[in-house]
Amino acid sequence: MDLNYTPEQLAFRDEVRAFVRASLPHEVSRKVIEHKHLDKADYLTWQRILFEKGWIAPHWPVEFGGCGWDAVRRHILEEECAAAGAPPLISFGLHMVGPVIYTFGSPEQKARYLPRILSSEDWWCQGYSEPGSGSDLASLQTRAVREGDHYVVNGQKTWTTLAQHADMIFCLVRTSTTGKKQEGISFLLIDMHSPGITVRPIITLDGAHEVNEVWFEDVKVPVENLVGEEGRGWTYAKFLLSHERTNIAGVSRSKRELAFLKAIAAKESDGGRPLIDNVRFRDKISRVEIDLMALEITVLRVLAAESAGKAPGPEASILKIKGTEIQQALSELMMEAVGPYALPYLPAQWSNHWLGERVGPEYAGPLAARYFNMRKVTIYGGSNEIQRNIISQAILGL
Amino acid sequence: MDFDYTEEQQMLQDAIGRFLEKNYTFEQRREIVASRIGYSPTVWEGMAALGLLGVPVAADAGGFGGGGVETMIVMEALGRHLSVEPYLGTVVMAASCVGAVGTKDQKDYLLPLIMDGSMRLACAFNEPGGRYDLNHVQTTARQDGGFWILNGAKSVVLHGAVADLLIVSARTSGEPGDREGISLFFVNPGEDGVGGREYPTYDGMRAAEITLDNVQVSHDSLIGVDGHALPVIELTVDRAIAALCAEAVGVMEALNAATLEYLKTRKQFGVPIGRFQTLQHRMVDMVMHCEQAKSMALLAAVKVDDPDVVERRRAVSAAKELIGRSGRFVGQQAIQLHGGMGMTDELAVGHFVKRLAAIDTQYGDADHHLDRFATAAQTPAEPILAKPRSRWKQL
Ligand SMILES: Cc1cc2nc3c(=O)[nH]c(=O)nc-3n(C[C@H](O)[C@H](O)[C@H](O)COP(=O)(O)OP(=O)(O)OC[C@H]3O[C@@H](n4cnc5c(N)ncnc54)[C@H](O)[C@@H]3O)c2cc1C
Ligand SMILES: Cc1cc2nc3c(=O)[nH]c(=O)nc-3n(C[C@H](O)[C@H](O)[C@H](O)COP(=O)(O)OP(=O)(O)OC[C@H]3O[C@@H](n4cnc5c(N)ncnc54)[C@H](O)[C@@H]3O)c2cc1C
Repeated sequence: MDLNYTPEQLAFRDEVRAFVRASLPHEVSRKVIEHKHLDKADYLTWQRILFEKGWIAPHWPVEFGGCGWDAVRRHILEEECAAAGAPPLISFGLHMVGPVIYTFGSPEQKARYLPRILSSEDWWCQGYSEPGSGSDLASLQTRAVREGDHYVVNGQKTWTTLAQHADMIFCLVRTSTTGKKQEGISFLLIDMHSPGITVRPIITLDGAHEVNEVWFEDVKVPVENLVGEEGRGWTYAKFLLSHERTNIAGVSRSKRELAFLKAIAAKESDGGRPLIDNVRFRDKISRVEIDLMALEITVLRVLAAESAGKAPGPEASILKIKGTEIQQALSELMMEAVGPYALPYLPAQWSNHWLGERVGPEYAGPLAARYFNMRKVTIYGGSNEIQRNIISQAILGL
Repeated sequence: MDFDYTEEQQMLQDAIGRFLEKNYTFEQRREIVASRIGYSPTVWEGMAALGLLGVPVAADAGGFGGGGVETMIVMEALGRHLSVEPYLGTVVMAASCVGAVGTKDQKDYLLPLIMDGSMRLACAFNEPGGRYDLNHVQTTARQDGGFWILNGAKSVVLHGAVADLLIVSARTSGEPGDREGISLFFVNPGEDGVGGREYPTYDGMRAAEITLDNVQVSHDSLIGVDGHALPVIELTVDRAIAALCAEAVGVMEALNAATLEYLKTRKQFGVPIGRFQTLQHRMVDMVMHCEQAKSMALLAAVKVDDPDVVERRRAVSAAKELIGRSGRFVGQQAIQLHGGMGMTDELAVGHFVKRLAAIDTQYGDADHHLDRFATAAQTPAEPILAKPRSRWKQL
């Protein structure tokens, strides 16, 4: 048993740290650390820097342009990026559809899409959920009917994250209504610029435009955009979900948030003393910190198993549940820490370049909106109730 | 022991319920929130016509003569409709503060104007850096000739910019943090030197940062006794807290009703999601939290009029602590059980949840009141002094 990095891993970490320090633009990291709004360009700037370095897809096999790194190296990169305040990578291409394409796609699909994912030329979004099909994804209704050399797609997707920026969407569509419902589902790659696609914003309770409705009306999709075989979409989707969940624990990001929380609590005053000296509040911070320490070791145990060749299994659900609970607890404590100055809602001031006088401390502005926004993490990517169902069924045999 | 409303209280509840059902639907509220001034003058007039703006005003001053329970009835209804009207500041706080320590002249002038709806007030008690402490008063007031000169800043003053008159706490002696040496003043926001910066709060209300730069107010602007205002500030804020607790109960009831309805109608896996036992139990917990909150809101409503200050303080802080916790649970679970729909601006759910979060922050969060509850007996309980002592001799 040894919980320390090897000398090679340490040297690698130092290399990564130096690179991130030298190349991550301060403008961008300040936005990330201070919870300010990131626009499309901020994400793309950082992704292109990683791409130039060759580190954009450490988990992809080398033959498709990845690094082919083991789990520990990948973890080190993630950790260093998050600690420094790098924007999260938009995972729809890199972590979701990319692995599906290189695992199940045709040679033409690999040649066409993978390089454009790596270079961020295409922005992808995920078209799974529908109004009537959330947790019960397999009941989805969006129809794709084959007509000659293309499919005609009709239906509606919803909650589609950042579809307003997207060039491509990967969709689960129904190609058959007979037999088991999972068996009638296919995996289609659709150009968002196709005629018949309408994107409508959904504004969330924090006032953000992050999710959308995507409507399909007689959208023609060439048959060569079908991934793998017709009717096997569910299998590919499940493969993808296991990829989606390994970094959902978000340990490194939560460590950064924890540090920010402590910094706020040191600045806020309570009864004439720093809030962090109030034992009642300090204990709450410590309790989250302890949970986070435990989760980090749990993640490393899963990574070690993965490095030893075990595919990520239902254990990923544990990471998702604990990780999201910790993320929510941190956002809650941050809002609590700033007291009455959580109340003002002035999105225009959540910018590096706000020149006017601010209401309350700069760090306080976005914290309430963030708390409300973070309610999503226990709902999306398979709700935490669904994750518990998975653990009870797949691990415990209940 | 009697938990029933009197006939009069029942009528009050029916009247405000009917009025809001007609004038404060979620869509109407959305328009009011988006309007320039952020509250509805028409609704305010309607409330005046129903006598709601005089609920805590003594009967001999022309009011309803209500106490904590009557205020609770009104606030529960306002909560159920997510009202953004300046009722708390004007009626619950200002009217009862003036009623408690105002001079006869002050009462005769102000209470009728409050009750007929022509005047709105806001209480500016909190300051930047003071968190929830009411005795953290750095704003100063000094006498100069026949006037008081005020200097300082007040933070997150609810409805501060729509108020026709402000009630401001300022220090006339001592140091920030002292219980002694705090006084209350009426300040006309139009006075030279008063700066106001209005902004929306995340729950659809409006608040303001207020600055006082050599603001000169007349001698009869002093409310109560110079240097002895903290007890009446605490009473006024306790009344606000009891009212907020009742409002929170109204919000929670509305949220629970919406969530229960959703569990019965939203289908996944071929059944209403309310068939899943984990969601059933969650809903049960939400309802239990709400029942506990209701009990505490009731206790606070009754005890807020208790002359025993320690009793009052314990009950009010206990209620605020419990309601901070229960509000958080009910709010978070209401979103969770609605899935993606709970995250939208379109549904009322998120708006109710935001109001619950804001209520936790107003006049002290759960932690603040846990501490105040535990130390209630050790904290001094000075009497409320109403009559200015030898005010004119100080000139
Ligand atoms: C901010 C955000 C971003 C999203 N981004 C995307 C995206 O980019 N692409 C995409 O395809 N989807 C996306 N989603 C959709 C997300 O995956 C769904 O919201 C999620 O699957 C839940 O579905 P639902 O919202 O329909 O809730 P429902 O499935 O209706 O669930 C409602 C409640 O019932 C519970 N529940 C349901 N079934 C069970 C059960 N069997 N046992 C116990 N409890 C149950 C749920 O846990 C939840 O609490 C996003 C959602 C959000 C909020
Ligand atoms: C100290 C003590 C004193 C008692 N005194 C009396 C007495 O005076 N007279 C008498 O008649 N009995 C008495 N009981 C028995 C008591 O009523 C039973 O223990 C109780 O009904 C639970 O039954 P069980 O022990 O068979 O557990 P089970 O019914 O087998 O339950 C085991 C677990 O499963 C859970 N569970 C069961 N069904 C469900 C469901 N549908 N949904 C969710 N969870 C479920 C239970 O909550 C429990 O956690 C006593 C028990 C104790 C421990």
